[in-house]
Amino acid sequence: MNAPGELAASRLGAPARASPCRRIHPFDDESWLGRILLAPAVIYIVALVGFPFFLAIFYSLSDATVGSTTLHFVGLRNYERILQDPTFWRSLRNAVVFTVVSQVLVVVLGKILAMALYADFRGKWIVRFLILLPWVAPISLGSIGWLWIFDPVYSVINWSGRALHLFGPGFWPIWLGQPDLAMASIVMVDVWRLLPLATVIILAGMSSIPQDIHDAAAVDGAGFWRHLFRINLPLIMPIMLVALLFGIVFTFTDLIVVYVLTRGGPFDSTQVIASYAYFTGVQGGDLAAGAAISLFLFPVLVAVAIVFLTIAKRTEVT
Amino acid sequence: MATVETHALTKHFDSGNAVDGIDLSVREGEFLVLVGPSGCGKTTLLRMLAGLETPSSGDVLIDGRVVTWLPPRKRDIAMVFQSYALYPHLTVYGNIAFPMQAAGLGRKDVATRVQKAASMFGIERLLARKPRQLSGGERQRVALARAVVRDPVVFLLDEPLSNLDAKLRTSARDELQQFQRRLGTTTVYVTHDQIEAMGLGDRIAVLDHGRIHQLGAPRDVYHDPADTFVATFIGSPPMNLLEEGALLSGVRPEQLLPRAVFEAGESLVPFPFTVERIEYLGADRLVYGTLAAPHSLTKVISRLPSTIALPIETGRRYDFAVREHDLKFFDRATGRRVERGAAR
Amino acid sequence: MSHRPFSAVRSLKRGGHVLLLAAFVAFLAFPFYWMAITTFKSTKDLIDASHNPFLFGAPPTLDNLRVLFFQTDFGRWILNTAEVGVLVTLITLVLAVPAGYALARLSGRWGHRLGIAIFLTYLIPPTILFIPFSRIVADLGLQDSLWSLVLVYPSFTVPFCTWLMMGFFKSIPRDIEEAAMIDGLSRFRAFVKVVIPVSSAGMLTVVIFTLTLVMQEFVYALTFITTSAHYTVSVGVPTFLVRGDVYFWGSLMGACLIVSIPVALVYNVFVDRFVAGFTVGAVK
Repeated sequence: MNAPGELAASRLGAPARASPCRRIHPFDDESWLGRILLAPAVIYIVALVGFPFFLAIFYSLSDATVGSTTLHFVGLRNYERILQDPTFWRSLRNAVVFTVVSQVLVVVLGKILAMALYADFRGKWIVRFLILLPWVAPISLGSIGWLWIFDPVYSVINWSGRALHLFGPGFWPIWLGQPDLAMASIVMVDVWRLLPLATVIILAGMSSIPQDIHDAAAVDGAGFWRHLFRINLPLIMPIMLVALLFGIVFTFTDLIVVYVLTRGGPFDSTQVIASYAYFTGVQGGDLAAGAAISLFLFPVLVAVAIVFLTIAKRTEVT
Repeated sequence: MATVETHALTKHFDSGNAVDGIDLSVREGEFLVLVGPSGCGKTTLLRMLAGLETPSSGDVLIDGRVVTWLPPRKRDIAMVFQSYALYPHLTVYGNIAFPMQAAGLGRKDVATRVQKAASMFGIERLLARKPRQLSGGERQRVALARAVVRDPVVFLLDEPLSNLDAKLRTSARDELQQFQRRLGTTTVYVTHDQIEAMGLGDRIAVLDHGRIHQLGAPRDVYHDPADTFVATFIGSPPMNLLEEGALLSGVRPEQLLPRAVFEAGESLVPFPFTVERIEYLGADRLVYGTLAAPHSLTKVISRLPSTIALPIETGRRYDFAVREHDLKFFDRATGRRVERGAAR
Repeated sequence: MSHRPFSAVRSLKRGGHVLLLAAFVAFLAFPFYWMAITTFKSTKDLIDASHNPFLFGAPPTLDNLRVLFFQTDFGRWILNTAEVGVLVTLITLVLAVPAGYALARLSGRWGHRLGIAIFLTYLIPPTILFIPFSRIVADLGLQDSLWSLVLVYPSFTVPFCTWLMMGFFKSIPRDIEEAAMIDGLSRFRAFVKVVIPVSSAGMLTVVIFTLTLVMQEFVYALTFITTSAHYTVSVGVPTFLVRGDVYFWGSLMGACLIVSIPVALVYNVFVDRFVAGFTVGAVK
């Protein structure tokens, strides 16, 4: 394959790179231009993502603490300690569970909601506005709202349950106080937060299917379910995977929801990797261990991303 | 094989009536072409026959049965779309098999029917491919195979040849007609190309602004146009229209010839005109010019077949003529055809 | 003439549709309804467990809002957040749009790979980087300054937006640029004068997405900023309205509403274009 510059230059009729005194204006020279346009973004990313990333790796291999001014290299000692820490494993497990459960719910519910929003109807504008609110609200504030909704004494859910006689006299769930209920609460807030974004993304996918295809399926005899599973879902699969990927990144790396709702409690039963890294590194002062813990996020995310992008490529149809 | 009828079928949009009270009757086994300019309502009409649009009023009947409110899958029809609408995520096999699977056929039956449909169009070797790997012509055949596999009673085709390049179009037209004759299925075909319409249809319906202006065999529509719209829409180049008082007289380009070409004794009407431009098309020459008095300044076109070798030069005036009984007359106000009588 | 027959099935479908939407709306929006009530509830009313939380047990009050606006730097925080938002959006556009174009048009095969690599950097989340960043920012002397946020925020907006714009530019036919180049423009000027105006949907998506992420960001802001005057809304509100175990619910909920509703309105207006930008950009 030609180098981009040559190919482009020959397409424009300009001489290929053979001639020694190039008179091509920089703004016409394709390879030059490409590099110039790309450079700022690449430089920024290398400097402000790449560099700190390697710094984090470096910290994880050192004995850095919040107060220290000197660093010593200690090899994999931090990692060894972490891998023997049961709270770490609990955090990892929780992060995975929260992510998988909430994202499955988000994708399924998002598809259903997208289908309900697909057709036009009166009042659609208002419905859309209301549905977008959770995504738009700052995470910290939305989570605090849920904190009150889950409050042990004043929980609105419990009050309503009582008022509607759905909850019996002895039944008063302490949402954030019992480990499994706390986990369910966190999943519920994660779903609440991400459902609007997933719905919007899925709507985008649905509107990219040409109407002709739906017509052809109608003429060909497909009923509702066949249409859904054999036509609709396969064609929006690539974009659903994008939505899913976003959701996974947001949920798996989430610190705020857990921090606000439970601080990782009760008794570390709802810690996730991000929150545990924060408590260890910043509040506990052990910067190195915190860095090491947080680094476990990366390989999981990369693996997930690679799997998803491969599947998305495979299901691409154009 | 079934008849298709519409009774006073109307479709109303905000901008007006796309289809305006159409009564149509398609015979069994017939190849009926709906032709007209863009926006004339032919596609809307077809979609109502298919059940993809609901009419504002009126009825659709297939084989005598009222199907107006039935969804497409209950009408036993098949449709080929202009874009072919192939399912991009399924293989060719999957595309053709889809309607059979929707009907609940077993795997073996489906396979047999798919093979049969594929071989009818010569696409057996493409069964494992996906639509994006096919050429335009191949995609069209897959769309046809998918339509055929269900053995429907009516075929509906929405400009299926317009996405093919010109050369392919002629051979595809030929194949299409042969295949319809062989199957004998009632077919309704929509196109904006009047040559295609004339070439394919047993009868053609000329539409404009949601109404049928004329329904008849190609020969009748060509030689006995019902109004000026049909007269100028059908035939290329279009019929020349000349003002004569309250009437318009029409003469087709191939009927306007140099006087010398006609036999002696024929009753002719003279049309002397000055040549402005000549297009040499190989089989024909198209001569563009302006008539002399009493039709001064009217631009006309004459078509000379290459068999007439008479030299014609631009800028000169020639004596052309038309056989008297070739002239058609139309009422100037309504555009409707009137019988000769008063004029000349 | 025949008319459409009445169908019980269709009415049932309609009803089911409405019910379904109502359920979703209830789940997603009800917390906001409740937040609205709480904002105006007096504290007595709020902590009386026998009162109906959906209604006012005691007369509504503006006290909570008063606390919010006059006893905290809430107004300041909103300004800070807006400043950071606008600056970061500008930086993101300046970095991501040309980069996306370069990857879409000028790079050939390595461009595609580079595009994916850039997208993958999005997977290095703030929760990994905030620890080293805390040191970097301190060393740069940007501790407690909004500039630290302006510097660091593009790290999570640029990768995704570059990838989005790359997909978007790929979908624009080359014809228009080539026509412009024949008309006398260099490729760069063709890009500026022809391609950018045509990509308004994609850029709008970038702007909306960036602003949302900036507004929501918590971890970096919490780590870098320490004085009240420099907080953003996302961090300032929880920090100041939660004193130990005491939560100023009314003010907290008021803050949430004041920030969310205008943004949601703007989103709602642009969501169709956002969807269009996303479809084209992400569903290559």
